[in-house]
Amino acid sequence: MSEPEHHVELNSYIRRCALVFAAVVCATSLMIYASYLPHFGWPAKVAMILAIAICNAFVVASFLMHLLTEKKMIFTVLIFTVFFFAGLMGLTLWAMNDFPTGTAVH
Amino acid sequence: MEIPYTTELRPDTGVYNAKLGIWLFLASEVMLFGALFSAYILLRVGAPEGMWPHGWLDVRFGALNTIILALSAITTLLAWAACKVREFGKFKFFHGCTILLALTFLCIKSYEYHDKWIHYEIQMKDGTFADGHLVEQNDKEVLIHGRIVTDEKDLYDLRAQKNIQLQEIRIDRSTIKKMENYAPRHNTFTAIYFTLTGLHALHILGGTCVIFYLWAFGGNMWRKDPERFTNRVEVSGLFWHFVDLVWIFLFPVLYLT
Repeated sequence: MSEPEHHVELNSYIRRCALVFAAVVCATSLMIYASYLPHFGWPAKVAMILAIAICNAFVVASFLMHLLTEKKMIFTVLIFTVFFFAGLMGLTLWAMNDFPTGTAVH
Repeated sequence: MEIPYTTELRPDTGVYNAKLGIWLFLASEVMLFGALFSAYILLRVGAPEGMWPHGWLDVRFGALNTIILALSAITTLLAWAACKVREFGKFKFFHGCTILLALTFLCIKSYEYHDKWIHYEIQMKDGTFADGHLVEQNDKEVLIHGRIVTDEKDLYDLRAQKNIQLQEIRIDRSTIKKMENYAPRHNTFTAIYFTLTGLHALHILGGTCVIFYLWAFGGNMWRKDPERFTNRVEVSGLFWHFVDLVWIFLFPVLYLT
């Protein structure tokens, strides 16, 4: 690689990073703002905040971890991970109402 | 003996070995933190009405740590990009920034832990509760900076209460039924809070050690095999981004909801 090309590549990364950082700051601010919204109950607030957090995580994973341009093998690993993680969360949600008979429910 | 596929791509996977290895490791980490998030959900929905804390943690510190970790993730990526364009000086600068930001994160977290450690809930014999930060104590009395409430539920939802007045309160030890700080044993919230953030902080510490090693002792490998060194930086960076991703969910879950 020639010297000018080096600078162009690093500079493009710096620009990309600045955009990602701005997105993270915006998402964090939005989450804090959503948590203080007066006319929403906790379930609605939790849903909004988690939706923003997922978008934030997507930006970080896509651009900082280069997930958008990863190889098929990495995606295969991730598909398995998502499957088992979804199963774990599914079991958690299922267990939320799975009380033995006679249990005091708050 | 030469270790195969440290720089060249393995034909059957399409990636070098360390990269596949770190992604498999991160997959196991997803399940580890997933299990703890699952525990958090079950503890939270199982808590009696009005007995799950809101506003116990300072959002300003959480937000600041989010920004610090995001910045450190960016400097990690730039350190890798600097290696890619063969600029070792810039790599040293960016990874040096990452180490400093990581240590700042840990300092803020330590301050938060200390704040919880000196925060006491004191159950009085008359049924009231004194709650606040310990100022001093001796055999006869305890001095705290806080407030007294009659209903224990008032200690839980701090966000719903406006203008909480704090003052110095001197309490005779003979009037105390139970005195406990906000340590992990205090209740299920503090238990899961310290477990989740403690495990995350250990990951930060581990990642910082690896990054420091590359930063301080990476020169030799850089001179011998820069591509292999760059791949090591990439692998450590992937771990660091994962740690950032975990915090992206920890912050809203613990501080905001």
